[in-house]
Amino acid sequence: MAVCIAVIAKENYPLYIRSTPTENELKFHYMVHTSLDVVDEKISAMGKALVDQRELYLGLLYPTEDYKVYGYVTNSKVKFVMVVDSSNTALRDNEIRSMFRKLHNSYTDVMCNPFYNPGDRIQSRAFDNMVTSMMIQVC
Amino acid sequence: MEGLTLSDAEQKYYSDLFSYCDIESTKKVVVNGRVLELFRAAQLPNDVVLQIMELCGATRLGYFGRSQFYIALKLVAVAQSGFPLRVESINTVKDLPLPRFVASKNEQESRHATSYSSDSENQGSYSGVIPPPPGRGQVKKGPGSHDAVQPRPSTDQQEPASPVVSPQQSPPTSPHTWRKHNRHPSGGSSERPLAGPGPFWSPFGDTQSGSSAGDAVWSGQSPPPPQENWVSFADTPPTSTLLTMHPASVQDQTTVRTVASATTANEIRRQSSSYDDPWKITDEQRQYYVNQFKTIQPDLNGFIPGSAAKEFFTKSKLPILELSHIWELSDFDKDGALTLDEFCAAFHLVVARKNGYDLPEKLPESLMPKLIDLEDSADVGDQPGEVGYSGSPAEAPPSKSPSMPSLNQTWPELNQSSEDTAIVHPVPIRMTPSKIHMQELELKRAGSDHTNPTSPLLVKTSDLSEENKINSSVKFPSGNTVADGYSSSDSFPSDPEQIGSNVTRQRSHSGTSPDNTAPPPPPPRPQPSHSRSSSLDMNRTFAVTTGQQQAGVVAHPPAVPPRPQPSQAPGPSVHRPVDADGLITHTSTSPQQIPEQPNFADFSQFEVFAASNVTEEQDSEADKHPEILPTEKASDPATSLRIAQADGKIEEKTAASVPANVSKGTTPLAPPPKPVRRRLKSEDELRPDVDEHTQKTGVLAAVLASQPSIPRSVGKDKKAIQASIRRNKETNTVLARLNSELQQQLKDVLEERISLEVQLEQLRPFSHL
Repeated sequence: MAVCIAVIAKENYPLYIRSTPTENELKFHYMVHTSLDVVDEKISAMGKALVDQRELYLGLLYPTEDYKVYGYVTNSKVKFVMVVDSSNTALRDNEIRSMFRKLHNSYTDVMCNPFYNPGDRIQSRAFDNMVTSMMIQVC
Repeated sequence: MEGLTLSDAEQKYYSDLFSYCDIESTKKVVVNGRVLELFRAAQLPNDVVLQIMELCGATRLGYFGRSQFYIALKLVAVAQSGFPLRVESINTVKDLPLPRFVASKNEQESRHATSYSSDSENQGSYSGVIPPPPGRGQVKKGPGSHDAVQPRPSTDQQEPASPVVSPQQSPPTSPHTWRKHNRHPSGGSSERPLAGPGPFWSPFGDTQSGSSAGDAVWSGQSPPPPQENWVSFADTPPTSTLLTMHPASVQDQTTVRTVASATTANEIRRQSSSYDDPWKITDEQRQYYVNQFKTIQPDLNGFIPGSAAKEFFTKSKLPILELSHIWELSDFDKDGALTLDEFCAAFHLVVARKNGYDLPEKLPESLMPKLIDLEDSADVGDQPGEVGYSGSPAEAPPSKSPSMPSLNQTWPELNQSSEDTAIVHPVPIRMTPSKIHMQELELKRAGSDHTNPTSPLLVKTSDLSEENKINSSVKFPSGNTVADGYSSSDSFPSDPEQIGSNVTRQRSHSGTSPDNTAPPPPPPRPQPSHSRSSSLDMNRTFAVTTGQQQAGVVAHPPAVPPRPQPSQAPGPSVHRPVDADGLITHTSTSPQQIPEQPNFADFSQFEVFAASNVTEEQDSEADKHPEILPTEKASDPATSLRIAQADGKIEEKTAASVPANVSKGTTPLAPPPKPVRRRLKSEDELRPDVDEHTQKTGVLAAVLASQPSIPRSVGKDKKAIQASIRRNKETNTVLARLNSELQQQLKDVLEERISLEVQLEQLRPFSHL
């Protein structure tokens, strides 16, 4: 359902970014990059409260004409950004949440792998498969 | 040609080779080309080949007949064994190993195809093995064959890095060839195939000391297990000779430590080639893995932490990416640590990868960590990481952290159908607490009470969300309480809720049978009543118009001693009269609504009075017709009550009582108009029975007529007045109660009416069809 999914590290560099190849990928990369500002803004706004109370799911970061961008932050400041096609109106908030949850679970599994050094690009095939399954639904 | 005696294995092998070469299916002559290929595959020097051909007579005959072919093969074996080629040597050389032919990559497929458990297959695989032209020059056969070693002798031995290269070579040759290699003890080659893992780990040998590049075994324990591996491989075919070679080969292995890494790779491949599916771990391998596990973690039931495992597997010099993938596959429960099973699976995958196998996308069945023996590749099936994902969504909703998948994934090991059947999430069903339904459900509850409580409770013991737990706990115990009173668990909120929940549970269970896994609905909204769980709720007694006995017991207002009518059975409620079919319900079956019970009580009193007063008929009627208005002179309240009762009973419409009613017309009626009005109202709603109507009027008339009689007795005025005052007060209270009851019934009836109208409207469109 998503056209682009990105995992951004705490230092705001991408750990994993993938888009549906049909589109101009650079455009999605740029959208993700700009959305990071919104993410940071939301984090800082909520950061006054305890971190524990901070909701992981950030919701719609900003909508454009064609796309909507959703954000999700983990407790370790790893951000998931998902770009969704606006024409896909059937997508509800719950579904986005569940997709982020799956992303988070997969990311946790990647982290559990001792051969994965935090900060490396994510090259896990399982993670790839999971992301593909989420993106394939678009087509 | 001298006679050729072949052993059984040789016979079989030769015949297979012959059939292989006999591509024209002549059964007599083999094609020269194939034969030449075969001989080239034997990796013998050309002159030797020529010599063989000459010796067997092919050059003389110009073709390879079967006998020539067999002789040639024997000579090949002789030559490969290093014996001088002599005609006599055909039969003189004892225990000659089968001739060796280098196979090529195709053997891999053939190896996969062959099952090591059947000789015939292996025999057949020989021919399959041989076919690919040896031109590949793959010297996988390395060990044991000096010829084979020649292509890459020194380089392999000296380059510890070669194992890394080896995976790029063609996949291992068939085990048969392996075995043949093994059986060249005297083959002169000092290189002996080492234990599979041994040489394989030679690159790991950084930490090993002393051993040369081939025998570097991580813990030095490898040689024996691999030997056994060989044994297991050798099970299949061939020959006792093969087995007899083993002791020698073992010796050689132990003695010969310098092994070309290529040979080690070959051995590893051989090992991997032995996988049946092809990921099965043999016992020896498993033992080896277990031993390795022990070096890291002495407790076999414990875990190897990720960091330790990382170090361990990094020694295999596989790329980190591949190791990462192997980890993903083998860490079944995604906990960042390896159990024994997981470790064996990971080790196995590393070995396989070293041998050139591509890593699978999913963990093969035989490598799945199971609680039972690893060989037993039964149940789990393909549930690699997906299980965790499938489990986690179920868990995620209840606001669990992302770490839940690990817990979920342990379930498949224990119960393959974990997520499906064992756990039933109670699905709250919104129930509209309708008193009408409550009455119905009360009836059902009596029947289903005993069956339901336990099963839903068991179902509920699995993971429940909080609210569901509350629901269930409220539900089930409450189901037991209806008749008992309030004896159930302490978790009950209140009586009204209990009753309500009883009702709702009744409804739910009527809808969901015990085998239905739907959870019971949540308790209905608490009735607007007091929340004490142990005290009586007088409101409820009036509100709940169930004819239940227990309700009757508690429902009576203190003022009126309860005298529930025995004939009263719990049944249809007020709304029954609204039903299309018989509204007239005999008093015996009519639902004695609580409000009526006080009336009953009064009526029974009335009976007494009536008996003392006027007519006997009243008594006979009194049970049936509360309303049957006992005509009493002295008891205004009684009469009023009776009339009121009659009002209530009007819904039941007992016709038989009519005549009796008329006869009772002498009872004084204190508030005659009120009952009349009320009665009329109820009658209107409930399809009044005209007869009863007249009866009532008659009774009223009688009552009215009787009333004037009271003041006449002046002498007893005071007493009579006081008595009448008392009675009037009682009547007032009773009537008030009755009024409220009737109002409630009115509401219920209106509700029903609305629902019926809605249904009608819904059905109306269909009428057009």
